[in-house]
Amino acid sequence: MTEALPRRRFLIGAAAGTAAVTTVGAFAAPDIALAAPEAAAPEAKPETTPTGQVATAPDYVPEPMRILTATEAAFITAAADAIIPADDLSPSGSECGVVTYIDGQLAGAYGAGARMYRAGPFSTPQQGAGEQSPLSPLEFIRAGISAANTWVKGKYGKELDGLEPAQVAEALKAMDGGKAEFAAIGSKPFFNALLQLVMEGYFSDPMYGGNRNMASWRMIGYPGLPATYADKIETYRGKRYEVEPQSIADFS
Amino acid sequence: MAKKLNEVDVVLVGMGWTGSIMARELSKAGLNVVALERGPNRIPGEDFTLPNIRDELRFSVRQELMQDPAQETVTFRHATDKSALPMRRFGSFLPGDGVGGMGTHWNAQTYRFLPSDHTLRTDLTKRYGKKKIPDDMLIADWGVTYDELEVHYDRFEKLCGLSGKAGNLRGEIQKGGNPFEGWRSAEYPNKPLKPSMAGVMFEKAATELGYSPFPAPAGNMSASYVNPEGVRLGACQYCGHCERFGCEANAKSSPNTTLLPVLVKEPKVEIRDRCYASRLVYDKAGKKVTAVVYVDLRTGEEYEQPAGMVFLSAWVFGNTQMLLHSGIGQPYDPKTGKGVVGRNYCHQIQSAVGVFFEDKELNPFMAAGSLGMVIDDFNGENFDHKDVDFLGGGYIALNSTNGRPILNRPVPPGTPRWGSEWKEATAKWYRRAASMNCQGSNYASRGNYLDLDPTYKDILGRPLVRMTYNFTDNDRKMSAFLTEKGAGIAKAMGATHISANPRKGDFDVVPYQSSHNTGGTPMGTDPKTSVVNRYLQHWDAHNLFVLGASVFPQNAGYNPTGAVGALTYWVADAVVNKYLKNPNHLIKA
Repeated sequence: MTEALPRRRFLIGAAAGTAAVTTVGAFAAPDIALAAPEAAAPEAKPETTPTGQVATAPDYVPEPMRILTATEAAFITAAADAIIPADDLSPSGSECGVVTYIDGQLAGAYGAGARMYRAGPFSTPQQGAGEQSPLSPLEFIRAGISAANTWVKGKYGKELDGLEPAQVAEALKAMDGGKAEFAAIGSKPFFNALLQLVMEGYFSDPMYGGNRNMASWRMIGYPGLPATYADKIETYRGKRYEVEPQSIADFS
Repeated sequence: MAKKLNEVDVVLVGMGWTGSIMARELSKAGLNVVALERGPNRIPGEDFTLPNIRDELRFSVRQELMQDPAQETVTFRHATDKSALPMRRFGSFLPGDGVGGMGTHWNAQTYRFLPSDHTLRTDLTKRYGKKKIPDDMLIADWGVTYDELEVHYDRFEKLCGLSGKAGNLRGEIQKGGNPFEGWRSAEYPNKPLKPSMAGVMFEKAATELGYSPFPAPAGNMSASYVNPEGVRLGACQYCGHCERFGCEANAKSSPNTTLLPVLVKEPKVEIRDRCYASRLVYDKAGKKVTAVVYVDLRTGEEYEQPAGMVFLSAWVFGNTQMLLHSGIGQPYDPKTGKGVVGRNYCHQIQSAVGVFFEDKELNPFMAAGSLGMVIDDFNGENFDHKDVDFLGGGYIALNSTNGRPILNRPVPPGTPRWGSEWKEATAKWYRRAASMNCQGSNYASRGNYLDLDPTYKDILGRPLVRMTYNFTDNDRKMSAFLTEKGAGIAKAMGATHISANPRKGDFDVVPYQSSHNTGGTPMGTDPKTSVVNRYLQHWDAHNLFVLGASVFPQNAGYNPTGAVGALTYWVADAVVNKYLKNPNHLIKA
């Protein structure tokens, strides 16, 4: 039963997310070629918004994970959706592909510890000297999720993805403040690492699996590529420069 | 056993700005030059192209063009009574890697140091008396003056095609330039960049406060430019992808865009990339070096490359550790104050003032690495320190360098860093925020130095450099003063929110500050307190020269590359016109 639950929650969460995005789908421009072909979830039929525009099919369905277990993916989904809640500014973190992004990063060179000095000996971090964990980022996130779920279960009786949104936010806030007591690694360093990955997934180029439909770029007004403004910096001085954003895929 | 190669005239260790300039000048003088660069070759037309060069995750967050800490990092501690831990990732500074070095991926803010920065101890003593300088402050004169370097500053600026406005042409103060700067023999080679909205607002506010704003001297081309080497640079597109990126438009001054197109065609220059120099062979009795030992990272094979002359043209840590690994010069000991190698290590005391405007559209993504407006009223000796309890200072700039959203999306102080409230604030303020940079000096202190770590090793098995460093009281007071002046400009700009963050407490290796690390092989007039003489020639090895910011006895309130370029041309001139005629010590110790 405990084995099956996380996966089920992960999938239920995904379905709920799909419903949520349908209601705010108006900002998703239909001419963007980024939606993955497999994106047509059953409940994702285009519908007409009050403004008369055709809302596109929300392109979020949970994708197969490369390296995260169902439990880990469910945890990250719950966390990403609390860090980036769905609202009228953008869909939630997981709907924006943040879980896919994090899975991809942790499955690749970054997750394996590329571009880190990993030689011992190891000692506890000292103020100002940076993280000193012997673990690779994949191992660190794994150990962190395990510790976090143990702590969350002790406090709330369920793992993170089983909690109500307000409780998820409360639990993450405790980790963010370093107040959640984890057995081995600190809850704050774990939360910092998780937050960094979620923000990367939300704001990076969509080719890495996150920032679907450039939702975060639309939210803040970042135009993306090609970013050639020599002829615009004066004409738009003090005036908003608002265009349909473009990503690397649009130029590839 | 290292395989011994045939002798060449010159070996350069490192192929960034200083290596590239020296390769050009010495090959022109007829010498055969071998450059060892441990990183890969970088070819702008292949490596830096649209669309992938706009990948913030790859270049800015994962730092693809930077030195790989797995290969070599540094260890860090705040003071000698602590044990040092390795920087497992680079954070507070980002060393470069590959042909072009840090010149490939810098912002290209290219200043001249003030005349007084070159003769600091003499000038401060003259102006305030000996007592004003704390005993543990190891500031020194460079041994070469601004007047001597002016022609070389000018030469580097023309190589780069800098965009800017002169403030002092041969002693005549020029409107719109920096009135505090040293005299210039010529105007900037390129006109200033077009200012950003935030820059215009800063300029107006600074003028109202009685300061003298001027456009930041920029290695971003305001117009296409052909440099004296005959190389054409393109016009800047204001794309906001300079620092940590290469430039696809060849519009940013870098070794790759100003010199390497010439060097790759020069038969007298051979660049061996992915070749990692490990030590110098030193003939102590003969007071010279005879060879450079290196490992070809493609095969793991070790070579000994005999050389008539050797130039250390790596970064601050690379230059210092090469001397320490090779047993050349006495290592500095902070307890006794004796020894020189590793002495005068400094950084840059940078602080930021974030500004937020409720009713302004700033388009932060329309940007360039050196696009900024600056005041120099509180830099170095531009203001009187009689009534303040610190020395030094810095410029205050509003630079519109980028609006790249993973790392640059400021929100007003007090905003949570995630959740609905954070989203709302991010959506609201991203386009309405800017940041001022207070570029504080860092005057050398007795306790801040570099040596070799007793525990941690690099991939060649050599001890890592150990950095012992912390902010001093002088640094904190200077930063508080400068940041407050910045906040005053923010108020005059009418900012809705101001987030002023002076440097406080202890140095931290995690948050990025600047890659303006300096010292470790200081220049000077006395071999007891310096590693190299005024020509950057080693006191203990006449055919060994050390280039780059590792020779600064202290760091000024400016980005260092302008001074690094000037010094390199100064050394090239001395080598070609003095040393080659009589290969010996140019200054008697």
